[in-house]
Amino acid sequence: MPETSTDGVPTAAIDVDLPGDAFDALLAAVSADGSSDAPAIDFEGLRATREDGATVIEVDGERFRAESERDLHEVASDHAAHVTNWHFYERVAGADTPRRAFVRWLEAAEDRSVEARYAALAEGIVREWGQLRVTTTLTDRGDRRYDVRHADDATAAVDDLDAHEKPRDAREIVTFDADGRYRPLKTAPTLRAGWVFPDLDHRDVYEVVEAIYPATVANWHRERGGRLDVDHWRETMDRQSGIYGVVQTWDRGEGHEHVNWVAEACCADSQCLKRREWQYDDETELDVDGGDGVFPCREPCSLVVSAARKWTRLEGEDEQSYEFTLTPSEKEQLEAIIDAVADGRTEAIREADLKDPANRYRARFLRAKRFDEEGNLPGVPTDDGS
Amino acid sequence: MQSLVIVAHGSHLNPDSSAPTYAHADTIRASGAFDEVRTGFWKEEPHLREVLRTVEGDEIYVVPLFISEGYFTEEVIPRELRLAGWDVSEWDSDGISADQATLVAEDIDREVHYCGPVGTHRAMSDVIVRRAESVTDDPDVGEGFGLAVVGHGTERNANSAKAIEYHADRIRERDRFDEVRTLYMDEEPEVDDLPEHFESEDVVLVPLFIADGYHTQEDIPEDVGLCEDYRDGYDVPTAVDDTRIWYAGAVGTEPLMADVILERAADAGADLDDAVATVRETTRVATGD
Repeated sequence: MPETSTDGVPTAAIDVDLPGDAFDALLAAVSADGSSDAPAIDFEGLRATREDGATVIEVDGERFRAESERDLHEVASDHAAHVTNWHFYERVAGADTPRRAFVRWLEAAEDRSVEARYAALAEGIVREWGQLRVTTTLTDRGDRRYDVRHADDATAAVDDLDAHEKPRDAREIVTFDADGRYRPLKTAPTLRAGWVFPDLDHRDVYEVVEAIYPATVANWHRERGGRLDVDHWRETMDRQSGIYGVVQTWDRGEGHEHVNWVAEACCADSQCLKRREWQYDDETELDVDGGDGVFPCREPCSLVVSAARKWTRLEGEDEQSYEFTLTPSEKEQLEAIIDAVADGRTEAIREADLKDPANRYRARFLRAKRFDEEGNLPGVPTDDGS
Repeated sequence: MQSLVIVAHGSHLNPDSSAPTYAHADTIRASGAFDEVRTGFWKEEPHLREVLRTVEGDEIYVVPLFISEGYFTEEVIPRELRLAGWDVSEWDSDGISADQATLVAEDIDREVHYCGPVGTHRAMSDVIVRRAESVTDDPDVGEGFGLAVVGHGTERNANSAKAIEYHADRIRERDRFDEVRTLYMDEEPEVDDLPEHFESEDVVLVPLFIADGYHTQEDIPEDVGLCEDYRDGYDVPTAVDDTRIWYAGAVGTEPLMADVILERAADAGADLDDAVATVRETTRVATGD
């Protein structure tokens, strides 16, 4: 039946059995409308056209003519990879949605031919999304299956992890960090490890990712299409109202240094895995790095707005000069304590590590020595610097 | 394709804030009434600003999980969802009668049905009663009992008290509880003086809040005298003076709240088949049969 023969690698080398629903869809597609000149199917190396009452199937340029349904089934079975690939993307995964784009990205569909991809899927194609590691594999019927876990659990056996089936289970995973603390920012790099969704379909893999990193796929999809709507600092603050309206007073036409500080404090990769795309305004870029995340951040989030409200009040104070007496080591110790808190390192400081300036005993000693009875550093009173 | 979007406040500090939203979304998903159910928040993710772009459907119903009409439902949510041409007059409401407005959400360039808040829907009266049944573990609770419906008060929003009075009136008309009173946290009659306002020995106290948090877990139990310090906890019921108070916690945690969300969407035109009946059945208090 092949009209031409090539020396290419036969698709049959990838062991996919053509499932009935994929063949039925193929049959329906080629039977649907014989009047149009457009091919019934033209998708990633698979073409199907009607020609003089027969169906002509082309697979990567190789032509096959099917005179009967039986012929067609034989051709389709010989090229089950192409047929199942078409069926999955054009009939199962749906129209042009972020979800479809995401599952295509998961298997690097834009970068490889169907043959190469199916060969790679047999081994599993791995992608990382934030702290997630997603592995796409293929069943012998050409269905995609997905394993989602923490990137730190890359080599762990499923049996050694807490296995889940339902996407809603992801909610518990994202709500608390490994120490049981509430995570107010889902894209913070504090996702706990030790769990796996070992066998999801294309809908559920999207739902799990959506639960763990909400709206990141939608924003990534818009960005890829050049349609990401970025709202910069100024626009975002300008639309705040109620108790957040006060942040509008923080921009006094004196530059954007304060927004650099906010971005450095809140938006660095160590704090949030989104890649910050918003700037001060559409003409003024911030001076700090936006990070390397896969998915973009399109406007200051609610945590940043809340923090900005606090800083608006604090930064409204006039600076004052204070004079304290500290030894050089004590000054360095204060700096080290601030660093330890800012880097979230305090829990990791060992109880008896007196060499660490942010050690608890060291801090208590400093307090005992330097604070007065009111808990102040002695010298100029806090509220009397005038 | 029919989609439901439940929008709620959420919290940066308290995981219980969004818990009812997720629970009711799960109940509605299980009912099969919608092709998809999404949740969006003011303080959590996806943010109100971005939730609509996660929606695939073309018939979209947005239901605010808020107690009253006011700042959030009238200003914040429409602004953040980018509802083109929104004006509160779209609801033509007297403060408790908002039903729905159909507007284009600029973020997705599709129409959405923006519904009134759950708290002012007539079905909310049933949830308050159901909450009383749950906390007493008695599906027939009423005789010999008083019911205190408790709200924040009018300090920030006059409509808040309107909603509470509306439901209290409706429940009173049913003649089920010996007495039904409204009490407030920051105005007279105050919840602190609860025993003075009731003759019944047993009173169910239902706070009209969406989620458990500072007000329902700390303020009210201490103000009413259920405990000295909320961290010590309290029994249900707890006797204060000569009144046994059955403290129900936030009404919004009651599973039947899912029904109010559905009713809001149905009023706006959603095709729900028998989902309302299913949810009413699956969330009811067991009779012990």
